Amino acid sequence: MAVAGTLNHRRSGLSRLFEAYGQEFVVLGAIVALFVIVGAVNPRFLGDNNLINIFSGNAYIAVAAIGMSLVIITGHIDVSVGSLIGVLATIAGTLAVQGYPVWVAWTVPVLVGVAINTFVGALVAYARIPSIVVTLGMLSILKGGLISVTGGTWITDMPPEFFIAQKRLFGIPAPVYFMVILTMLMAFWMHYASLGRAIYAVGGNPEAARASGLYPERVCVLAFAMHGFFAGIAALLFATQLQVIQSTVPPNLELTVITASVIGGVSILGGTGTVIGSTLAAILFACISSALVFLNVSAYWLRAVLGLLILATVLADMTRRRRHRAAGRL
Amino acid sequence: MSALIELSGISKSFANVRVLQDISFDVRAGEVHALVGENGAGKSTLIKIMGGVHRADAGEMRVDGEAANFTSPRAAATKGIAVVHQELLLFPDLSVAENIFMGHALRAKWGGLDWPQMRERARALLDRLQSQHIDVDARVGALSVANRQRVEIARALSQDARVLIMDEPTASLVEEDVQQLLSIVRMLREKGVGIVYVSHKLPEIFALADRVTVLRDGARVGTAAIGELDERKLVSMMVGRPIDQLFPKRDTSIGAPLLELRKLGFGGVVRDVSLTLRAGEILGIAGLIGSGRTETALTIFGITPATSGEILVDGKAVSIHSPQQARDLGIAYVPEDRGLQGLVRPQSIQENVSLTVLKTLAKGGLIDHRKEERLARESIAKFGIRARGPRQIVKQLSGGNQQKVVLAKWLATEPRILIMDEPTRGIDVGAKSEIHALMSALAARGLGILMISSELPEVLGMSDRVLVMKNGTLVAEFDRADATAEAVGAAMTLANASGEAA
Repeated sequence: MAVAGTLNHRRSGLSRLFEAYGQEFVVLGAIVALFVIVGAVNPRFLGDNNLINIFSGNAYIAVAAIGMSLVIITGHIDVSVGSLIGVLATIAGTLAVQGYPVWVAWTVPVLVGVAINTFVGALVAYARIPSIVVTLGMLSILKGGLISVTGGTWITDMPPEFFIAQKRLFGIPAPVYFMVILTMLMAFWMHYASLGRAIYAVGGNPEAARASGLYPERVCVLAFAMHGFFAGIAALLFATQLQVIQSTVPPNLELTVITASVIGGVSILGGTGTVIGSTLAAILFACISSALVFLNVSAYWLRAVLGLLILATVLADMTRRRRHRAAGRL
Repeated sequence: MSALIELSGISKSFANVRVLQDISFDVRAGEVHALVGENGAGKSTLIKIMGGVHRADAGEMRVDGEAANFTSPRAAATKGIAVVHQELLLFPDLSVAENIFMGHALRAKWGGLDWPQMRERARALLDRLQSQHIDVDARVGALSVANRQRVEIARALSQDARVLIMDEPTASLVEEDVQQLLSIVRMLREKGVGIVYVSHKLPEIFALADRVTVLRDGARVGTAAIGELDERKLVSMMVGRPIDQLFPKRDTSIGAPLLELRKLGFGGVVRDVSLTLRAGEILGIAGLIGSGRTETALTIFGITPATSGEILVDGKAVSIHSPQQARDLGIAYVPEDRGLQGLVRPQSIQENVSLTVLKTLAKGGLIDHRKEERLARESIAKFGIRARGPRQIVKQLSGGNQQKVVLAKWLATEPRILIMDEPTRGIDVGAKSEIHALMSALAARGLGILMISSELPEVLGMSDRVLVMKNGTLVAEFDRADATAEAVGAAMTLANASGEAA
């Protein structure tokens, strides 16, 4: 094919941006479309209170999805994150109830999250056990352990200063700040830090990364450890948004988090995707579940709609890639 | 002689990109018709149209004089047209017999699969292919590439193929297997099979083909009987310009020793390898696959650190336990398999080129994107990488351009010792001579290059000295003047009747 002719081929910045961040734009477009359509049917959907509830109540999913995206981009997966968040939230609540200073109740769960997932990452990287197996094991251990230890009781009577997720600054709830700031920080880190680049390289081709002088095992452990950090923050937001902590695992949370990453454009094969995409996708879910309420549709449809969404976005992504590939061959 | 299959005026586009335009092509019974052209010339698409994978947008295809329009590979197979794919589309966990009859299994009277007969027929087919050593019950994944290829040919024959399309059948074979394959192809030709033979390797084409068709940029440049062509003429038809020299190794002044190996060993696969690589020198290592060539490279580069012996760089003993250490000593390794060890394919040219030098491009852990882009732009210019720009994803590039990215990535580390494993495998003639010219220029600048290659003409043409490896150790050394195809070939295979286990 005429290769030389494309050498000086210039394309607009916009089309380059779309090629690099296509999936993010698709998700953003879906959110905007949802606002327009649902807002037209029921204007209360666009009210301040509802929007704040949507963002604030689901920020912990977006935060957990940041870590999940790191793990998936590195070429692995974690199906235990829901249980981990349940356990960490329970630890936070228990510490708070027992009268430890509130900063202890906030920090310990994050450190425990990092420790547990560093261990998981080490098993994956050095013992070479596939991550799905390790995390399936963790899922059972954490879930079973949590129920056995707590007996499923609810934790109440935390001191008022514990509820970080209920604090507001300029009228905007704290979880929104967490979600936005952590996403932006990580997007920057993934794009500009050499370690961020290493995560993409290891996920795209671990052998090439090794031959290039990177350490795939260390990068894998790092990704899991960071994922543990974000799970810890997510657990804090989750534990402090209501007055009670149900010391059980939120059902299907791990699937929701994984789905956010995938719909946000993180390739399940590793090597591609951004945390901006996964956060946008988490927002999209929140909007959908709220929209169903405003459209008087049973909340049980949410999962079915999410499933359809996964298939539709992946299909859209494939079509887009195929078009680019055909064009790229030029 | 009438044509078995005849195509006229075939055109095909993908997503508005014209890949074939008005192609005419035919294959007669009992001939080898070579199809050549640079990567991207449209050979694969043409093969896929004949094999029923793609349908032409325009034009006519006739089989035995009757119009044919295949809707699937299966439809092509029932008309006697079979394709032996380059990537060998076999099922590694199934047996040889199961693979041969996959999709058209023989059935017994009661409707079940007739295993005894399938095994027997598989045996007979393999015997016809001079492959008595292949067990019909063996797992295909356990066979060597050469043997897997025979299974694929047997599979084509089991469907009574009269036209056999072979897509770069020798791309991953060593010299000895190539010769055996060529004799199988000749045997099939004598039995009246029409063979379409796609290859980048000119010596094979001249040894085998009756006619040659050259494609370039999706158009047919011409068809000629082999007797009317010589190598120079064929190459200029393929690339559209004359190529002065296929192996442009310049004479350079050979300097001080850069890399010395003293009785280097790794497990049982690399044994007592001693050699000296000097500045400005291209040292070729020839040998069969499995002779320990690649393993030696991996050991020098620290991917499989040495278990015995010594490595000296600039005369000083060093220990290399990881690629990082090798890199910091000024060693670079362009691996055998671009996809496996060379490139991160979903990433851009820019991101691949910078991967080896992230540390020097980063300040406080953050990458300087402007510096990175400058490096990528320089690489694109210096290596003649044909791409839209530094942000193009590498998997969209052709094989030759991908290889240039691998080379650029490693030369970004400013190495003094460059190990190249199969530097031009699967690359078309034009890109090949560009890469050879680059190697020559690098040697002239004082780099020492250790080149591993299965292509004898490349080894002989590019090397200042040639070493031959066998069974994990060095068995012969030739100066450029003494390195003839016969001498090197003999050293590679001598007292090694079966190059590899079945």
